[in-house]
Amino acid sequence: MSALMTLANVNYQVGDNLILKDINLGVPAGAHYTITGPSGSGKSTLLRLMAAMISKTSGDLVFDGQPIESYDPIMYRRAVSYCFQQPTLFGATVADNLAFPYQIRKQAMDTEHVTAALEYVGLSAKMLTQKIEDLSGGERQRVALIRNILFLPKILLLDEVTAGLDTANKDIIHQWLRHLNQDRHVTTIMITHDTTEIDAADQLLRVVEGHLEVGA
Amino acid sequence: MNLVVNNTSLFLAAMLVLVALAISLWQKLGLDKDIIIGVVRAVIQLFIVGYLLKYIFRVNNFWLTTAMILFIIFNAAWNAQKRGAGIAHALPISFLAIFVSTAVTLGVLVLAGAIKFIPSQMIPISGMIASNSMVAIGLAYRSLNSQFHDQRQGVLERLALGAGLMDASIAIVREAIRTGMSPTIDSAKTVGLVSLPGMMSGLIFAGVDPVRAIKYQIMVTFMLLSATSLGSIIACYLAYRNFYNEQKQLK
Repeated sequence: MSALMTLANVNYQVGDNLILKDINLGVPAGAHYTITGPSGSGKSTLLRLMAAMISKTSGDLVFDGQPIESYDPIMYRRAVSYCFQQPTLFGATVADNLAFPYQIRKQAMDTEHVTAALEYVGLSAKMLTQKIEDLSGGERQRVALIRNILFLPKILLLDEVTAGLDTANKDIIHQWLRHLNQDRHVTTIMITHDTTEIDAADQLLRVVEGHLEVGA
Repeated sequence: MNLVVNNTSLFLAAMLVLVALAISLWQKLGLDKDIIIGVVRAVIQLFIVGYLLKYIFRVNNFWLTTAMILFIIFNAAWNAQKRGAGIAHALPISFLAIFVSTAVTLGVLVLAGAIKFIPSQMIPISGMIASNSMVAIGLAYRSLNSQFHDQRQGVLERLALGAGLMDASIAIVREAIRTGMSPTIDSAKTVGLVSLPGMMSGLIFAGVDPVRAIKYQIMVTFMLLSATSLGSIIACYLAYRNFYNEQKQLK
């Protein structure tokens, strides 16, 4: 199977500091990759680079058969969606956040679709009017993740999205990610330090001092 | 005319500078040198401007008046861009914003018959418009800089969701425009109650009937609202893109 995303000899440097060194990786469509490694090793940088939030210093990054440079960054980020660790919610209410993906596509919010997404992760439609400061950590993270998948991306990049959550919240998110990957065919790449998630990984990658170790 | 300032009274009034100097020396503020430089500069600049304006008013030439207005706008733009440290092309952006805000506001005033296209009216009014637009743009730049710094994470998340640069920045841009316009709106609310503004004070001082003087002040209030809103919106909409690189990433 041809890779949906390929990184070949990718380096990322800030000043004299080489943060990612000669990264080579092929991500097949429908894959579920788990990335781990020590703090500060370059894991988040790798994901941000894949998400076009930063640009590689050298090497090639090919997505869906085309070099990343050939895409409009905005359209690319809609196809390769990045979810932050401890995300910031916008505006005043949950609805402000879930309307945003529609707003940037000049569409009216599809309340039925949004409600279905909320219910899938154990939240209700009533939550739409809830103030964001009243949400628990787990609810915040679920609302933030829904923003990323209301329009399904081809690749979902998840940066320690379950860090700091309790087991119940983690289970909800794990089950949801499995559904997105297996039933909706969204390729997922997830950074984690969580031993349970590392043990359950289909494909485990390690980033150590800027080097990528596959299947370690 | 009941204006009685002559060279002797001006010289005696200069004693007031000694008050500031004495306070600086007594309290060891270290401002004495700045006070002297400030006073000397003010006197020289004002004398030059006074003679220059006298010449321009006497010549009453369309092109000379226009050149003087452009000179005022350029100086205002130069000062506004100093507040925009880190914003690329802040000088041309400021010039365009102040130029448009001044031209539109002056155009409306001239077409409405509120002022005439004569140097003694066009130049002082241009100065008032350009300086208020300059202050508004300076405040807006400062707000853009601080918000793009403080709200970096929120902007990054909007970009990561596939937002265009305007969608990622709109909340910041609106707040910056609001910041630029607020002082003018606040002073419009308190005009006449807290202070008698410059235009009105000047006319009353020169012996004009206060009821006539307020009409000019009302005109000034309207024109400053127009100038600061136009200046802020043009500057913010042109400047926000400079916070991103060509790959539409936050710098």
